Amino acid sequence: MIPLSWLLALSAVVFTIGVVGVLVRRNALVIFMSVELMLNAANLTFVAFANHMKSLDGQIFVFFVMTVAAAEVAIGLAIIVHLFRLRETVFVDEIHLLKG
Amino acid sequence: MIPLFLGFAALLVATSLLVILHKNPVTSALFLVLAFCSLAGIYLLLHAEFLGMVQIVVYAGAIMVLFLFVIMYLNLQHDVETGVQIAVRRGIGWLAGAAVLLTGATLFGVPAGGGSGWALGPANAVDPAAGAGNVRAIGRELYSRYLFPFELTSVLLLVAMVGVIVIARGGARRGGARRGGPPPAAGPADPPEDR
Amino acid sequence: MAELWSNPAVQTLTWALVKVLIILHAMLGAVSYLIYAERKICGHIQARTGPNRVGPFGLLQPVADVVKLLFKEEFIPAKANKVVFHIAPILAVFPAIVTFSVIPMGPPPTFVVTDINVGLLLFLAMSSLGVYALTLGGWASNNKYALLGGLRSSAQMISYELAMGLSTIPVLLQAGTMSLVGLVERQAGWYPVGDTGLWLPNWGIFHWFLVLPFVIFLITAFAETNRAPFDLPEAEGELVAGFHTEYSSMKWALFFLGEYMNMLVISAIAITLFLGGWHGPGLFLGTDGWWSPGPPWMGLVWFLAKLAAFMFFFIWVRWTFPRLRYDQLMAFGWKVLLPASIVNVLIAGVWIYLRGPRP
Repeated sequence: MIPLSWLLALSAVVFTIGVVGVLVRRNALVIFMSVELMLNAANLTFVAFANHMKSLDGQIFVFFVMTVAAAEVAIGLAIIVHLFRLRETVFVDEIHLLKG
Repeated sequence: MIPLFLGFAALLVATSLLVILHKNPVTSALFLVLAFCSLAGIYLLLHAEFLGMVQIVVYAGAIMVLFLFVIMYLNLQHDVETGVQIAVRRGIGWLAGAAVLLTGATLFGVPAGGGSGWALGPANAVDPAAGAGNVRAIGRELYSRYLFPFELTSVLLLVAMVGVIVIARGGARRGGARRGGPPPAAGPADPPEDR
Repeated sequence: MAELWSNPAVQTLTWALVKVLIILHAMLGAVSYLIYAERKICGHIQARTGPNRVGPFGLLQPVADVVKLLFKEEFIPAKANKVVFHIAPILAVFPAIVTFSVIPMGPPPTFVVTDINVGLLLFLAMSSLGVYALTLGGWASNNKYALLGGLRSSAQMISYELAMGLSTIPVLLQAGTMSLVGLVERQAGWYPVGDTGLWLPNWGIFHWFLVLPFVIFLITAFAETNRAPFDLPEAEGELVAGFHTEYSSMKWALFFLGEYMNMLVISAIAITLFLGGWHGPGLFLGTDGWWSPGPPWMGLVWFLAKLAAFMFFFIWVRWTFPRLRYDQLMAFGWKVLLPASIVNVLIAGVWIYLRGPRP
């Protein structure tokens, strides 16, 4: 039986790594990958609680989170590809045309 | 059980760190695939077999393939990240991350499950570890209690598909530009259309 | 040592390891002789004998091939990404071998390495992971043709994966379990067809609503393993050699091995789902007539016989049909196979609901 606090700590660490990735990297695709890391950390929390509380609700939630993540990745990547066609770059620092 | 969990957890943390630290986006994507696979291993340890396999099929097998496609299509090379501005931004990023981690640590400092002050809502008393029925139990829940969200997600996926096609094709339609293809050949009769 | 052995977990683990080693060696041997069989059969289809110089009837040809490949020089292109270049061939072989650990080759528990209750999902997961070998192999070579071949190949594989997964759903509806051992056990025995007095074996394809899924699964199996008529991505003569242009010696051999292992695995899954797995008449060794099941090892014999038949079918189709063009291939996958599988699920679901539960 894996202690719940260990699982939550692992989830927190992975979530933090995702946050740092979003803040530190300039490549839009790597930022997107860090967002996926954050989503997976949340999934891990859900499954950990499902296991701890002997309930299946957590696993159903993870099912829905995965579906939404898949849809989000598809649209996000389409936007990035379109952006690349217009601006020739995926570095978020250089996409600042709306800046005052 | 515990050593397996520690192994998977160490792999997960190591590969996640390498995802955000590596300069080449393809290598980051590959490390993320490894992270997802180790997460699937942890799900298997937590008696969530269906989710573990679906994690590999959906995340590692479809989403990351899509990422790799886009990275290769855009022909991205190493990220070049030099300059004082970027170093300052990076420093602030790590500090913010440390702040998030500390917040989490103080919240978890109180042992979960005993006087933690959180209100855990009413749970559905279906034991995920009960016998060889994980898929059956999930199916039963999914189609009875969670039927409405299930149908909504199918509409969501349809909207996403239509949205992707509209966004990805949007620019080429305007201006009447020819969409790819060779210029019309000046040779003899074209081969018959094969449909 | 004795007290270590008395722990049941240690026993299961040791037996599993022994079975894994046997399967690994058997697969490697089978794949080398599959290559020989392919060349022989291809030769006879083309009205010539295949290799017949090395050893009697050319039976030592695979040995000669392996020795040659081991001694060839390994080229690594100048600007290739070395790590990924080395890993890609390994990724071609690894998913196929992992899937073999859950396939029942005979009556359990002797002839299965392990039985998990999501065995079919494991197969789908491993075939999703198999896409990476081609994509990364093509990209790591730093070569236009290889990259094009790799991307085309992976696009083809992920398109046909959908139809393949959906075509296995009517089988799950009929059997009610995802475990491969459970699926085979549900195909035991015979069932009466309505009032006609005809008794059919309980195998997958003898149920009318599983015939079309079987055909769809077979077609997607060809597409998943990049075998003709779906082998444009690695077509010799069209794209140089597609994604494995820059690979030489053992790395190329590993890609080749991976392709044949994928063929073996997908055939094994098709047999498990649709053709009754290890079930077969016991012939003279049955207790109750020629149709009753024989001793357990006959299960293995029947499984291997069906596997051999499937391999022959794969090789036969390759040398008979012309290649599909890439756009024809993609249109077929998305516009024909995917709607057909979805309609199948509908029909199977309605029929099973109307028929009621079967004991």
